[in-house]
Amino acid sequence: MTDFRTPRSRAQGLGAAGHGVGHWISERVSSVALIPLVLWGVFAILRLARSDYEMAVAWLASPVNAVLLALLTVVSFMHMHSGMRVVVEDYIHRRITKAGLLLLNLFVCALFGALALFSILKVALSGGAY
Amino acid sequence: MSDVSKTIRARPISPHVQVWRWHLTAITSIMHRITGVALYVGTLILAGWTIALAFGPESYAAYMGLLGSPLGKLVLFGLSLAVFFHLAKGVQHLIWDTGLALKVPTANAGAVATVAFALVATVVVWIIAAMTGAL
Repeated sequence: MTDFRTPRSRAQGLGAAGHGVGHWISERVSSVALIPLVLWGVFAILRLARSDYEMAVAWLASPVNAVLLALLTVVSFMHMHSGMRVVVEDYIHRRITKAGLLLLNLFVCALFGALALFSILKVALSGGAY
Repeated sequence: MSDVSKTIRARPISPHVQVWRWHLTAITSIMHRITGVALYVGTLILAGWTIALAFGPESYAAYMGLLGSPLGKLVLFGLSLAVFFHLAKGVQHLIWDTGLALKVPTANAGAVATVAFALVATVVVWIIAAMTGAL
């Protein structure tokens, strides 16, 4: 088959639309990362479900738990953002509504992702002092 | 200009989704998206746990009370089902992305495996929760 693409276009690897590959790849990378992280998260919830405040703080003081929970949080919110973005782009066609929902999606993910991440670090580093 | 060129003819469109018989692959595909949206809300609820913990013992106890209420447990049960379904279907999608397992019988088997994994994993997790006193 004749290839009409220029060598430079092939080397850039961005496809016909000129963008989108990065989004597609970041969805896959976050998916793969979330497989072990989510399974660990389920295991963690089973432990934490019967924890009182002191036990939960002690659990989060462990570097392994703090880092894994921070990673789970960050990767989850990134994955949520790209997933919801595709849903909005697929079903919402009115420009102003679409733009508004895409902004809302970004702001919700950024705000609650940052709040959760900061909370994890605060408890992990201060041992629950408030 | 002739009249013909001014006439806007209806363009051919592909058949609407309603004309197709439901297949397990189609059902699990839309369920993947629905569980994804459900997990969006679920992750916000679980992120709320870390925020409640950072605000101190009172807010932590209040949030745990909320999660441990009958409604909270129902929501958590739904979330566990959604997370295991989304995980299994996501793995099938990752396999499909490599170009493998796309034949109809294999795809159907993958859909059956997805549903089976979601149900079994959810039941196992809640049995463990009941046995360890997490309920």
